[in-house]
Amino acid sequence: MLKIIKSGLQTTVQDLGRFGFQKYGVIASGAMDPFAHRIANLLVGNGENAATLEMTMTGPTIQFQQDAFISLCGGDLSPQIDGTDLKMWRPAFVKEGSVLKFGAPRSGCRAYLAVAGGIDVPDLMNSKSTYLRAGIGGFHGRALQAGDIVPVNLISPQLAASLLHATGNGVEWKTAAPRYSSEPVVRMMKGRQFELFSRDSQSHIFSEAFAVSSHSDRMGYRLEGTRLSLEEPKELISEAVSFGSIQVPSDGNPIILLADRQTTGGYPKIGQVAAVDLPLVSQLKPGERIRFKEISVAEAQQLYLDQETQIRQLKVGINLKREAGK
Amino acid sequence: MPYTFSPLGEGAIVIEAGTEINEDTQKRVQAIAALLEAQPPAWMVEFIPAFTTVAVFYNPLAALYESVKSDLETLLPHAEETASSLSRTVEIPVCYGGEFGPDLDFVAEHNGLTPEQVIDIHTSGIYSVSMIGFAPGFPFISGMSEKIAAPRRESPRLRIPERTVGIAGKQTGVYPIETPGGWQLIGRTPIRLFRPEQEIPSLLRAGDKIVFRRISEKEYDAWKEEEHAENY
Repeated sequence: MLKIIKSGLQTTVQDLGRFGFQKYGVIASGAMDPFAHRIANLLVGNGENAATLEMTMTGPTIQFQQDAFISLCGGDLSPQIDGTDLKMWRPAFVKEGSVLKFGAPRSGCRAYLAVAGGIDVPDLMNSKSTYLRAGIGGFHGRALQAGDIVPVNLISPQLAASLLHATGNGVEWKTAAPRYSSEPVVRMMKGRQFELFSRDSQSHIFSEAFAVSSHSDRMGYRLEGTRLSLEEPKELISEAVSFGSIQVPSDGNPIILLADRQTTGGYPKIGQVAAVDLPLVSQLKPGERIRFKEISVAEAQQLYLDQETQIRQLKVGINLKREAGK
Repeated sequence: MPYTFSPLGEGAIVIEAGTEINEDTQKRVQAIAALLEAQPPAWMVEFIPAFTTVAVFYNPLAALYESVKSDLETLLPHAEETASSLSRTVEIPVCYGGEFGPDLDFVAEHNGLTPEQVIDIHTSGIYSVSMIGFAPGFPFISGMSEKIAAPRRESPRLRIPERTVGIAGKQTGVYPIETPGGWQLIGRTPIRLFRPEQEIPSLLRAGDKIVFRRISEKEYDAWKEEEHAENY
């Protein structure tokens, strides 16, 4: 069990999302940085979809009420265990009573804490993700608060033994991680309404940098910079949006829709961020800047397949590391 | 073939069944949804039907865009034959006015009617659900009489209680969960539109017909009590 001493800015239980219910208007939710979430799980012998804690900007303070194997992936929020720096992107053993604390963000803004066994909250519509607005899923449908006791599933003695071996040999898996940056260039496919935008806007989206506004959250990041506009005003019919859709409301400031996006939207979509680059977006802090680079759907699909291959290889590598020496 | 296709990122394809909102287009959308429900392709993750489109999400590890598109081209001509002609009618009981419908008087005044007339007109329509979206179980409802149309509030309320029935322009609808909003509130229903614990979490589905029925405060309370009893 994990005892929450301080809540941090926003700490929620997430998995890879709630799928199959968007046709009923139920948002997908899930980890903002699915890559970090998946690797964090793999490092401690969990399935990729096991529930983790997503911690934002100011991390929580957590006391472990049992011995645990953990890993932290994603943005570097200066984690410490009992006052000693904790290395990210590798498994670690923590003793009962240890306290995990965070400091200032060094890179990115969201870290994922995986605990061997996974966070034990009930499934709701096939997912453990928190849907804050509806107050459902995750830990009682809300962000964690001081005093909460968060249950963790037990693991087998065999897994514990192999994890203990793996934590001893110091291998990090950061090499495969996205290169988080405070001014990333993100690959983007043209959106379904790209051709409706003015010539200028069509070129500005690829030539200008946009700043992340402070009105940004898990639902979407609002960007500020050169305003984008349609060639002529047009009333659009609401249709589905997805993780990474870039829509442009009438004020001309683009919004990148993220994990807690609504299921449908009526604003024109100028683009769609390639899935492999979504972690670069999700780790941006307000005030940081982003640029877009054009990519085709076929190229984005190839990048996606390449990344999946890489994750499969990582999985094999991690398992070998754990098994060796047993 | 009335369909066109376009990608929505690397993991979804949008089928456009028409370019404007009308009954034919919506029938085609619902037929596609029924088909995908009955015969889900192996690569499909889920789908989102809207007014004129159906977005089909897929796993690129299982199929890439061109093959998804060609599978759909083969499948879609069967959509209309699969479509169920069974249209459900769902009755939504509403307790109008009072604290549940603080804007009923405004809607009446705005249209030169009495509150009673507004209720009569609201309960005499047969509405249909065009799409579920915006919030879980939130129905986009068409078919409200223009006689009771009313503008949105100048400044939106920060919290509208769940199950509140409202009017905005020529639309009427029910907020399934508590949310901010600018609609004019005319009443509240004791029944829940969003039921996260159930296998199908939305009471309403696109294509459903809706009728609103007026109930008294007493009936409202009785209904709520019954729901309470069922839950515990």
